[in-house]
Amino acid sequence: MTASVLYDAPGPKTRARSRVISIVSGVVIVGITVWLIVSLGMPRTTVNGAVLTGLWDPSRWDIFVDKRAGEVWSGLLVRGLIQGTLAAAGLAAVLAIIIGIAFSFLRTARSRWVRVPTTIVLEFFRGMPVLLMMLFILLAFATVGYWAAVWALAVYNGAIIGEALRAGIAALPKGQREAGLSLGLTGFQTRMIIEFPQALKQMLPIIIAQLVVLLKDTSLAYVVAYPEILRVSQQMRDFYGSTKYSFSIFLVVLAIYLTVNLSLSWLARRIARGGGKRGKDKAKAAGPNPGGADTALLSVGATASLGAIADGGSHGGGGHGGGDGAPGATTGSS
Amino acid sequence: MQVIFDNLGAYWNGFIVTVQLLLGGGLGAAILGLLVAVLRISPVASLRAIATGYTELVRNTPLTLVFFFIAIVLPTLQISFDYLPGAMIALSVYTSPFVAEALRSGINGVPIGQAEAARSLGLTFSQTLTIVILPQAVRMVVPPLINVFIALTKNTSVAGGFYVAELFATSKVLANANGDAVIPVLVGVAFFYLVITVPLGQIAAFIERKVAVLR
Repeated sequence: MTASVLYDAPGPKTRARSRVISIVSGVVIVGITVWLIVSLGMPRTTVNGAVLTGLWDPSRWDIFVDKRAGEVWSGLLVRGLIQGTLAAAGLAAVLAIIIGIAFSFLRTARSRWVRVPTTIVLEFFRGMPVLLMMLFILLAFATVGYWAAVWALAVYNGAIIGEALRAGIAALPKGQREAGLSLGLTGFQTRMIIEFPQALKQMLPIIIAQLVVLLKDTSLAYVVAYPEILRVSQQMRDFYGSTKYSFSIFLVVLAIYLTVNLSLSWLARRIARGGGKRGKDKAKAAGPNPGGADTALLSVGATASLGAIADGGSHGGGGHGGGDGAPGATTGSS
Repeated sequence: MQVIFDNLGAYWNGFIVTVQLLLGGGLGAAILGLLVAVLRISPVASLRAIATGYTELVRNTPLTLVFFFIAIVLPTLQISFDYLPGAMIALSVYTSPFVAEALRSGINGVPIGQAEAARSLGLTFSQTLTIVILPQAVRMVVPPLINVFIALTKNTSVAGGFYVAELFATSKVLANANGDAVIPVLVGVAFFYLVITVPLGQIAAFIERKVAVLR
């Protein structure tokens, strides 16, 4: 299918017109970008007469190349990224998955006395800002920033992963459970051996996307004075001179974040595309076509749900999925 | 518990600022997000590419970094905002790709047979869109959109670290002032957040159930 169902196949006039719009808007965007880069590079005069060098001036970037470079890069990458951000994110991710599995079991328990309190606790965790949770853990348990950050991220994302897993279990065909029970497995065995592995597989893309969120949210830990990359960069800015280096350090930190997050998002999307046998052939048929000719406004549902899985999950503050069992619900929650 | 009632005024002020941030940021995000969504489904390739690039860039940037950009980097370029409008802009920019994705996935979620049926009945492009697709898409869009705004509500707390005296900043001040009653103070703050997020979540779940019945 080359053209979307919504349109007739474009004729020569339409094609020419869309090419013109394409070129014009491309030129406009490139123009704006160039203008921005040039005007950022202009030297400027402050109100009290001092002249500041342009932002691309070598003097603003020398800390990344001269003899201080080793210190700066090791500070940002080793102390900030690896020992700070990734150390917190790694442990929090493991804990979040464990907590999520536990939540999903409790939430689908047969006894009302387990299910209802779990639901309330889950709602509570999902409705609270991570930042507040970090502060709460820091102050209430009198710990250090590291543990406050790790546990806040773990509990919050665990609640969301738990919801995703529960939705995955609820979306399974009823026959799966019935077949397990009729084979003589107990309810718990059925859940563990039959239902849970399938739900996990189905929800893996959402879970990974949520882990990207977790990684992004570690930047909030600067509030509890935990030295992750953002806080390290802030200290560097103050140390080397903020007027001179704030822009260059900001840009480098942004680039580091984007590299890490984009590669994780890419991994999530790859798994979303490859994982889950049921979605596989559909995904291939309607795979996203960046830059392709058709607009894919309405390409088959598979793209939509995959897109939503990959996107919906990578939400900053995370979401608050409302869904109750309906398979569609999972696409909405983040 | 007493500490909550003693500081009800401070809580209330923080709550008002949080609501302001939510409304201002939400409005900005809705406008920007709609624009990006339209670009993303447009038939012109370069517009789509621009929108996709913007979405990927902003979505993979931590909110804190967006705030840093507006609060600390822009002033060195002699572009500065007051704290509250600056926070609203940061929240709008950060939330806009999520709004765009929710809108887009809603349109994509309408079964293709609907469009085919409309086309085969002889409806034009605009008729197909306005009579058949959009009425269905809107229903599918509302719950994920509400989820985006719930996330925005929680994200307003980041503004508290950037000199905006909203709920989270209030909680820090109150927690420092009442060192002996930290837990009640923070539970009070959590309550005010839940006042916003839980009803929104209930509405989303309700609409989602309605839609589920429909299909």
